[in-house]
Amino acid sequence: MPKNPEIKKVLVIGSGPIVIGQAAEFDYAGTQACRSLREEGIEVVLLNSNPATIMTDKDIADKVYIEPLTVEVVEQLILKEKPDSVLPTLGGQAGLNLAMELEERGFLEKTGVRLIGTTAKTIKRAEDRLEFKSAMEKIHEPVAASLVVETLEEGIAFANQIGYPVVLRPAYTLGGSGGGIAHNQPELEEILANGLRLSRVGQVLVERCIAGWKEIEYEVMRDQAGNVITICNMENIDPVGVHTGDSIVVAPSQTLGDKEYQMLRTSALNIISELAITGGCNVQFALHPTSFEYCVIEVNPRVSRSSALASKATGYPIAKVAAKIAIGYHLDEITNAITGQTMASFEPMLDYCVVKMPRLPFDKFISAKRTLTTQMKATGEVMSISDSFEGGLMKAIRSLEQHVDSLLSYDFSHLDKEMLRKQLEVVDDRRIWVIAEAIRKGISYDEIYEITRIDRWFIDKIAILVEMEQALQREELTFELLKEAKRMEFPDHVIARLTGRREEEIRKLRREHGIFAAYKMVDTCAAEFAAQTPYYYSVFGSENEAIPDHTRKKVLVLGSGPIRIGQGIEFDFCSVHCTWAFSKEGYETIIINNNPETVSTDFDIADRLYFEPLTPEDVENVVNLEKPDGAVVQFGGQTAIKLTEALMKMGVPILGTSAENVDAAEDRELFDQILEQCQIPRPKGDTVYTVEEAKAVAHRLGYPVLVRPSYVLGGQGMQIAIHDKDVEEFIGIINRIAQDHPILVDKYLQGKEIEVDAVCDGEDILIPGIMEHIERAGIHSGDSISVYPAQSISEGVKATIEEYTRRLARSLHVIGLINIQFIAVGEEVYVIEVNPRSSRTVPYISKVTGIPIVPLATKVILGQKIRELGYTPGLQKEADYVAIKMPVFSFEKIRDADISLGPEMKSTGECLGIAKSFHEALYKAFLGAGICLPRYKNMIITVRDEDKEEAVEIAKRFEALGYNIFATKGTARALMEADVQVRMTRKLEQESPNILDLILGHQIDLVIDTPSQGVEHSHDGFVIRRNAIETGVNVLTAIDTARALVNSLENTDQKELTLVNIAEVS
Amino acid sequence: MKAFLILEDGHVFAGRQIGSNREVVSEIVFNTSMTGYLEVLTDPSYSGQAVVMTYPLIGNYGICYEDMESVKPWIDGFIVRELSRIPSNFRSEDTIQNFLKENDIPGICGIDTRSLTKILREKGTMNGMITTDEHYQIEEVLKKLKTYSTKDEVSKVTCQEKYILHGKGPKVALLDLGAKHNIAHSLHKRGCEVTVYPSFTSAEEILQSRPDGIMLSNGPGDPKACLSIIQEIRKLYESNLPIFAICLGHQLMALAVGADTYRLKYGHRGGNHPVKDLETGRVYITAQNHGYAVDPKSLSPDVAVPVFQNVNDGTNEGLRYTKKPVFTVQFHPEACPGPQDCGYLFDKFLTIMEGERHA
Repeated sequence: MPKNPEIKKVLVIGSGPIVIGQAAEFDYAGTQACRSLREEGIEVVLLNSNPATIMTDKDIADKVYIEPLTVEVVEQLILKEKPDSVLPTLGGQAGLNLAMELEERGFLEKTGVRLIGTTAKTIKRAEDRLEFKSAMEKIHEPVAASLVVETLEEGIAFANQIGYPVVLRPAYTLGGSGGGIAHNQPELEEILANGLRLSRVGQVLVERCIAGWKEIEYEVMRDQAGNVITICNMENIDPVGVHTGDSIVVAPSQTLGDKEYQMLRTSALNIISELAITGGCNVQFALHPTSFEYCVIEVNPRVSRSSALASKATGYPIAKVAAKIAIGYHLDEITNAITGQTMASFEPMLDYCVVKMPRLPFDKFISAKRTLTTQMKATGEVMSISDSFEGGLMKAIRSLEQHVDSLLSYDFSHLDKEMLRKQLEVVDDRRIWVIAEAIRKGISYDEIYEITRIDRWFIDKIAILVEMEQALQREELTFELLKEAKRMEFPDHVIARLTGRREEEIRKLRREHGIFAAYKMVDTCAAEFAAQTPYYYSVFGSENEAIPDHTRKKVLVLGSGPIRIGQGIEFDFCSVHCTWAFSKEGYETIIINNNPETVSTDFDIADRLYFEPLTPEDVENVVNLEKPDGAVVQFGGQTAIKLTEALMKMGVPILGTSAENVDAAEDRELFDQILEQCQIPRPKGDTVYTVEEAKAVAHRLGYPVLVRPSYVLGGQGMQIAIHDKDVEEFIGIINRIAQDHPILVDKYLQGKEIEVDAVCDGEDILIPGIMEHIERAGIHSGDSISVYPAQSISEGVKATIEEYTRRLARSLHVIGLINIQFIAVGEEVYVIEVNPRSSRTVPYISKVTGIPIVPLATKVILGQKIRELGYTPGLQKEADYVAIKMPVFSFEKIRDADISLGPEMKSTGECLGIAKSFHEALYKAFLGAGICLPRYKNMIITVRDEDKEEAVEIAKRFEALGYNIFATKGTARALMEADVQVRMTRKLEQESPNILDLILGHQIDLVIDTPSQGVEHSHDGFVIRRNAIETGVNVLTAIDTARALVNSLENTDQKELTLVNIAEVS
Repeated sequence: MKAFLILEDGHVFAGRQIGSNREVVSEIVFNTSMTGYLEVLTDPSYSGQAVVMTYPLIGNYGICYEDMESVKPWIDGFIVRELSRIPSNFRSEDTIQNFLKENDIPGICGIDTRSLTKILREKGTMNGMITTDEHYQIEEVLKKLKTYSTKDEVSKVTCQEKYILHGKGPKVALLDLGAKHNIAHSLHKRGCEVTVYPSFTSAEEILQSRPDGIMLSNGPGDPKACLSIIQEIRKLYESNLPIFAICLGHQLMALAVGADTYRLKYGHRGGNHPVKDLETGRVYITAQNHGYAVDPKSLSPDVAVPVFQNVNDGTNEGLRYTKKPVFTVQFHPEACPGPQDCGYLFDKFLTIMEGERHA
């Protein structure tokens, strides 16, 4: 059936702010879907609260609403825009949940709006534990047997029935405490008795233990005619027990025979048929490693992270096809966009091996446990493609940008065999490095398998890499050996290190022997058909299929790699817009990137996509082939900036701001000179190398001081020190994270933090707007609430900022974008940081001012002038709207991570609140971030001494709103003295009931806990904050955020929010 | 040891020898399945052909003898990117390296199989030689390759004596033209009593046993070379018994009623081919292995109508005979390797047999 003619206007729901478990993959899926719908002539209305995404660009949909994702907002939007259909399957779990709520409230029926892409019944049957179980039973698909028991006897009987081991999960305990795995009846009795006692409701779930089974996923699709296909299957190297988002995953499966492959494929297709899903679906299986027994773990009736990975791994555009299916098309009516000649109703065949590795945030959360469990912790991922698993793994490792380039990067050589066996039991992100060391020490495959349950096939592949390391170390570097090392994707510098030569020698040797990277196509069909829009991956020792086109001018755009805290989706937004802008100017565009979740790695964004690591060698291989006329690095975050020097050495002109000027902004001494020339003050400070020097500088400046490494990303390693002890500790930490640059010690100024992004053409600048942070300086700009236009600074300060920006941009000879952070203390303005490149705030400020600064910057890079582009230089007129960017965190996902905010960035995403008034915008921003108050009207305040005065004012305002305030002794005393009604609660170390019991009692809405500056020596605050977060309580750790929240709560009487179409803002 | 693959068009690929080190000349075809290499090796339809696996990592799960689709591998040669150093699967009984050696199957690994596949795609299926002789004379080899053609492959691969899989359900006579085991299994597990006949069995002998239905299997080679079998199939057609045919059987039935077949440029070999049921509009993903196809234009609708069509290239994938209880498909509902989505066709065959029995 062709498209349903009744569908004319569709509301697409996005997934909101980026959090762990729901990330950039939905921007990719949503963007693809919106474009797919619009090419069918359908009017698209988009709702997503995330301003950093490409999908919320006014060019992607006909109308774009960057509003909180609440059911009230969706209903109001449906009444306003009157779409005939809602498509909720592209917005992750957030989208599905909203659809369910709409359905349950009867709103869809009442308004006659249809749900497309899925039905409420389908969502319920896939998501509701009991309904899912009965659906699976109906079609004889096994799920892990489980039962909720209330007595020991019940538990024993059930365990005997399903067999040991069993997993025990007490209901309603914190973080699964009291649970465990029982391998026999005595163990069961012990754990179960304890669990029943700990559970508040006296219930424990007894479940068949499938930990250690193979974890296999299938991405399947179905249309309304009932046609079903498999896009891809994937095998997790880490067996069941580690969340698939944190596992190393390979596609297609490697250790399954056809019988197992087809058995699970058939099962997945039966499931999607039974659930009557129309569109994409992900089915996760646990497969017993030594039998044909399997269980269905989970079904996601929507596009997911795995489907983004499957799309990029196969070339099959799942979201695009899912959108077409939603409007009525059948699979055999949709063209396969990659081949251009076959239809979407086929199954992709791979003739290569794909390896995905998670990007975990343990470099940001040093205190956090590195252990990997069923709770996902990764913020992003990388994907690599090779014709061998070894090559794929080596490429994926170096794509991570975590100071790892081989299986030698984490050193476990100090462990003896016995200690290694212990270490193998630890399931964390370094496990493959431990396995490599175990192999080096001669521990057998069988033993490694017995401990890790990682299939011997993968262990053997790791062994092959280890053997190559050893061969390079011990044998003469012959042509054959070098060729084989390159086939396994050993980087030149690793070969150099292992053979005791210089990298340049290895490169020369390769050149002499003609060992070059060749590029192969991802074409969905294993070369069976010719492809129209393929993308490429490198292999050594093969025929090159990427024949460069030299007819047009050619630009290389460097992507930003995996999503991590501090370098998120916003840089993908910039890269994609830059690519589109170059394309409009007639350039051939080439992207190199390795992030499977993003829009930039979609097959039809650039003219050519190379799915490769972003290291100098990998980039050079592409450059040697394509010979681009220039490269842009200013849009790809630090990843791209770091490649500048290498690109210059390759002879590739850097388009826009020159490399020397980028360096000048980063080099402390050069930068000081420039500031002096421009007569711009900065907080006093100095460059040091040792602890002693640092302390001397700190004494000279006076505490508090800011200590940080000179090349920083998202404030990594930056801390506020209040005494010598802090300095010692920080510098220790900085040096541990492989610091080869000097360390900066600055006077810490407490003032208003201001930020601008500007375009500079070498003479004139254009500032779309000035952003002001709600939290005062000291909290990373990415974690601060940012307000545009700035609300509380004088016209004088604004003029100074404009002037300083102009001076700085000119003296740094900026061509393109520059981001500057200021501190305003009274009328004095200081510069604290300059980045001559795009920044995190670029998408946000572009959208809320209506000024497309990435395309403008791109045109400027190509030599056009701001005045020629129709703009008056300088600070632009303020918009009629107030737009507030609110950071969003994923703290509950990372156990033992400290949630207190400081100079080190911790947020994973952001959402927007936009309205005519500041109050409404702020209210929307909090709503969008999921802070939905009040519930119980109980709160806890515990603040450091410096904040007590301000806490009084805030407490009074909460009290006026009807909140019961609990406080610990010091804070309580201060509040009482100011006549605030407050209940004192015992401190953590005191007997029950104390502050922790209060939090665990699930009656608290909010905790305001401002930790002392410097290293927190008390453990109490940490425990309180962690427990609050894990109980789902909102925690604020900055007094300014608390003030903003109370302000927003005071202004929530408006029943109706005003909904703003972002296209109308300018 | 070094090995070379020399193609009829002069391309030479240098790699390493695997399996037997005997020299072989054969027709080179590619298969895009990502799993099921043992089933491919032992599918009699590959008799007379050397197969390139487009998936680069082969041998990962070793050899499990119960997955063999016939008693031995029939292919002339095996061409892969990489053979796994160790097999890893709970059912694995041997390594692929040993299996190839023991069965005297020559092969080559370590070559750019994608590049080879592209040549076959662009220029069509062609002959090639696998040799370990480093001093090969290219002119002589090419001469040899140009003159090589497959012989009567069906008689090579068919069983020599009939045998019976006992069952209580309908009696099916399976004409073994190079049948994969799973055709008989698919019928047997549905309760059928399956009698497997050698390809040279006369129609009279089959009909004398009074089967409820006749199954024509897959098999190797050019259908038009099977002249005598076609004559016997014509007689089976006239018997009015229900007939279900797969692949070569489908082609031979079409030839038996006067239709034409033709050679495809590079055939369909893999487990991802979409086939549309023209009567219901449903699309199924099928396993395929054929180098020839039936020309549906050569058939009068009075005799047979196309019921399945390949979504990719529009070629015929199945026929329903209008006057007889006969239906035939080009693809492989018995799977192994490949998707099991069309297993329902065996049920359909059973239903037809039941219907005819009661009629």
